Amino acid sequence: MNASVAPIKAVNDFVIKFANVNGTGSASANNLFAKALFRMGLPVSPKNIFPSNIQGLPTWYEVRVSEKGYLGRRGGVDIMLSVNPQSMASDIQEVESGGYFIYDNTKALDLRLHRADITFIGIPLTAICNEQYKDPRQRQLFKNVIYVGALAALLDMDFKVLTALVSDQFKGKEKLVLPNIAALELGHQYAREHFSCPLSIRVETRDVVGDNILLDGNTALGLGTVYGGATVAAWYPITPSTSVVDAFDKYAKRMRINAGTGEHNYAIVQAEDELAAIGMVIGASWNGARAFTATSGPGLSLMSEFLGLAYFAEIPTVLIDVQRAGPSTGMPTRTQQSDVLSAAYASHGDTKQVLLFPSSPAECFEFGASSFDLAERLQTPIIVMTDLDLGMNDNMSPPLKWDDQRTYDRGKVLNAEQLDSMERFGRYLDVDGDAICYRTYPGTHPNKGTFFTRGTSRDEYAVYTEKGEEYEKNMLRLMRKWETIKEYVPEPEFKVASQKTNLGVIYYGTSEASTLEALDYLSDEGVYLDAMRVRSFPFNDDVEAFIAQHDRVFVVEQNRDAQLRTLLMAEFEFGPDKLKSVLCFDGTPISARNIKKQIKQQLPGSNVTPFQRRFRRAQGGAA
Amino acid sequence: MSYQIPKFRHPELPKNELGYTKADYEGAISTLCAGCGHDSISGAIIKAVHELSIEPHKIAKLSGIGCSSKSPTYFLGKSHGFNSVHGRMPSVVTGAAMANRDLLYLGVSGDGDTASIGLGQYGHAARRNLNMVYIVMNNGCYGLTKGQDSATADEGSISKKGEPNPFGSIDLPAVALQLGATFVARSFSGDKEQLVPLIKAAMSHRGFALIDVVSPCVTFNNTAGSTKSYEYTREHMEATGTVDFVPMHEEITTKYDPGKTRDVTMHDGSVVRLKKVDDSFDPFDRMSAMVALEKSRQSGQILTGLLYMDKHSRDLHEALATSKRPLNELTETELCPGSKVLEQINQSLR
Ligand SMILES: Cc1ncc(C[n+]2csc(CCOP(=O)(O)OP(=O)(O)O)c2C)c(N)n1
Ligand code: SF4
Ligand SMILES: [Mg+2]
Repeated sequence: MNASVAPIKAVNDFVIKFANVNGTGSASANNLFAKALFRMGLPVSPKNIFPSNIQGLPTWYEVRVSEKGYLGRRGGVDIMLSVNPQSMASDIQEVESGGYFIYDNTKALDLRLHRADITFIGIPLTAICNEQYKDPRQRQLFKNVIYVGALAALLDMDFKVLTALVSDQFKGKEKLVLPNIAALELGHQYAREHFSCPLSIRVETRDVVGDNILLDGNTALGLGTVYGGATVAAWYPITPSTSVVDAFDKYAKRMRINAGTGEHNYAIVQAEDELAAIGMVIGASWNGARAFTATSGPGLSLMSEFLGLAYFAEIPTVLIDVQRAGPSTGMPTRTQQSDVLSAAYASHGDTKQVLLFPSSPAECFEFGASSFDLAERLQTPIIVMTDLDLGMNDNMSPPLKWDDQRTYDRGKVLNAEQLDSMERFGRYLDVDGDAICYRTYPGTHPNKGTFFTRGTSRDEYAVYTEKGEEYEKNMLRLMRKWETIKEYVPEPEFKVASQKTNLGVIYYGTSEASTLEALDYLSDEGVYLDAMRVRSFPFNDDVEAFIAQHDRVFVVEQNRDAQLRTLLMAEFEFGPDKLKSVLCFDGTPISARNIKKQIKQQLPGSNVTPFQRRFRRAQGGAA
Repeated sequence: MSYQIPKFRHPELPKNELGYTKADYEGAISTLCAGCGHDSISGAIIKAVHELSIEPHKIAKLSGIGCSSKSPTYFLGKSHGFNSVHGRMPSVVTGAAMANRDLLYLGVSGDGDTASIGLGQYGHAARRNLNMVYIVMNNGCYGLTKGQDSATADEGSISKKGEPNPFGSIDLPAVALQLGATFVARSFSGDKEQLVPLIKAAMSHRGFALIDVVSPCVTFNNTAGSTKSYEYTREHMEATGTVDFVPMHEEITTKYDPGKTRDVTMHDGSVVRLKKVDDSFDPFDRMSAMVALEKSRQSGQILTGLLYMDKHSRDLHEALATSKRPLNELTETELCPGSKVLEQINQSLR
């Protein structure tokens, strides 16, 4: 097992990747591994890289372990654990020089795949299972648990943490606890007997996770909508958004059913398609309930007509878009941030939609709740723009917080007494000068406050009109409302470089962790950048000021067309030369090494053509 | 443009139990073509609601897009209205109904709005047995876009354009029956005697109540060759029987021949009295209704009246076990689990 290159030495700082076959039960074993490290006090960030398939195709699980707390993808793999012959050739190629390749050697390794610069560790997983278990299903499931046991020995993990975790995981199914612990021990023992443990890459117990939790963004969002008072959820299944509504369902079942009567304080309607789902949300919100839907790119496109209605008729609407790789079905199980433009300007005519960009489960929870306050206060759609990476992977996050003094902001809604005390109600009358008007719910008052909601133009009293001046006045009020909205949406977050610099970087959503890590690498090399995380659209004045204050600003995003950069240029007057793109759109989360590389290539004085221009040249277009 | 109806009214207009006159249920003056069937249906709605003594603000009227979908502006001026997008009224009603189960939901649509662009939403609202009244103002054409054939135009029917329609028609009641609607009727805008009690019965029904109303378009489809003209409809209309509606608080006094008459007590306690023409037809049997529809279709007749009613209908709220109190009345106290519960959840994620 000796390699020609010195093995990588690392304590609590490495990347391990599991190569599995979809549908073989590897997910729970892999989770067990990551969670055990987390319980040993180590920051982890596990990422599923899975196919659009239920059974049989290759699937990977990449775990970043970082005592320093880097949670984004680093790039590169130090240890590959392979139980999938289908992908073995490329999996071996992916290992860093000096790394390890751990595999099932029941069947001998094809010598042509051998690499001299990495260490191969063979464990006869299939043979062990065939000997221990008769039932084919057990042979398959326990194979996964056995390799976790072996890793525990190889990496020097705290075995007690693992066994305690197994007991927790199978609470209520106690019969399964002992067999799982036995399987862990099998692997553990085999590794100890056959290899010198631990490897040069290993872990040590620390306490750097504090009170952090490990949770996926979709669950956090679903829970946030429960806390935010959502009572109506309408949806149509689509990866990667399905688990948002699953989480709403799970927590609502637990916390929103009247124990005495069995009555539900919520309704979930699985709609016939996304057009219907958003229609239901609009109908429910119009009628005074807090309602939401969750979808992904294709669904967002279908909702476009209704989003125009909600914008124009000013109906609160909460929509969660868990982005995936498009266009069309694209790579439905891979991540991207590529719906930014189609969401920002969703629908025909002059429309602008409010977007929120969460970057952690804690923020997903917060936005899941506060999007209703925003939607009702601002009377317009609020689109929460998350993505598959944040939504479907466990992320280390600060704990979820709720202040019991907090109250819902139901916005400007008139009740019967208020209607009684007024002369004439005008649905689209700007009474307060903030361009947000008062509304009423159906059924409020026997003869005051009713109005006709419509997508056609109307005057301030909601009466149909085709007068150009009335139409224009209304559209200009909506523009003024856009200014008001800037005061309400989450402001950007800044990180000032340790040295004064004229370089800046902008990022949003799941690009945060990798960008921050890349900035550390760069500052180690003497390159300093001030950083800004954009958390919402419309952009407020601080965003404009940040760009103005720097000579060159990099915009990090996970799509091909530099969509946020385009949006910044559309909303402000900055020219294309000021804003440089750092892009990743291969469907995997952007890595710190990738960001560092792209920024370095585009520093003043470096002689590299950015991607888009390079492409145009390659096509023989006018450069 | 919509115009306000002149305020002056005869002082002795009949008042309903709530003290409202019919004028209290009217809307803006119609801007539809003079003689359009849709206006007669609006009139029938006003009459039915007035006679039922429903508080106008306890009704929500919703529609899609089309001449037909414009008509909610012309009735129930004291009710909230929602003119949504083309073909999608059923989803908006679904959401609205989920938010507040205590209002009466009246959906108005056209044959284009329902049978073409909205066929999917129509079918699924029926299938979920959404508690609403769904009125289709069916003229066999797209009035608002100037008279193209719609999917309910019969094969061979000739509109103003002059070309016979090459495709078969979608029969909306048959579709609703097949998909699980629990109240299915057809009527004619020119027959208020039949239409008004049907609207009342539909409003007393709990569940999805469809009334497909043949409603001629005088401008584009009232021609000699059209099967949706006034003349054709009058000549080919046959009824399953008559429907009388007795509100819940009124006593039934007259006696009818028991062989042909059935009294049905509705969910709200009102009674619908059905007088059948044909003994073999049973409006409580879905199969019987389907057979009757198919027979009349084959013989070139337009079968009207109550076609089907499920007396034990279970609506969407029942299926989802939603709270009896409308969801839009629930407050933080009932909806938000609070910080203690959240701390437990955090603990389980460590
Ligand atoms: C998405 C969309 N496509 C097309 C239209 C144009 N359009 C308006 S009304 C209409 C047809 C209406 O027909 P119907 O529902 O039968 O109503 P009628 O006017 O006959 O009463 C169409 C196609 C539209 N408003 N929206
Ligand atoms: S075009 Fe036809 S449907 Fe439209 S208002 Fe005129 S008559 Fe009625
Ligand atoms: Mg029509």
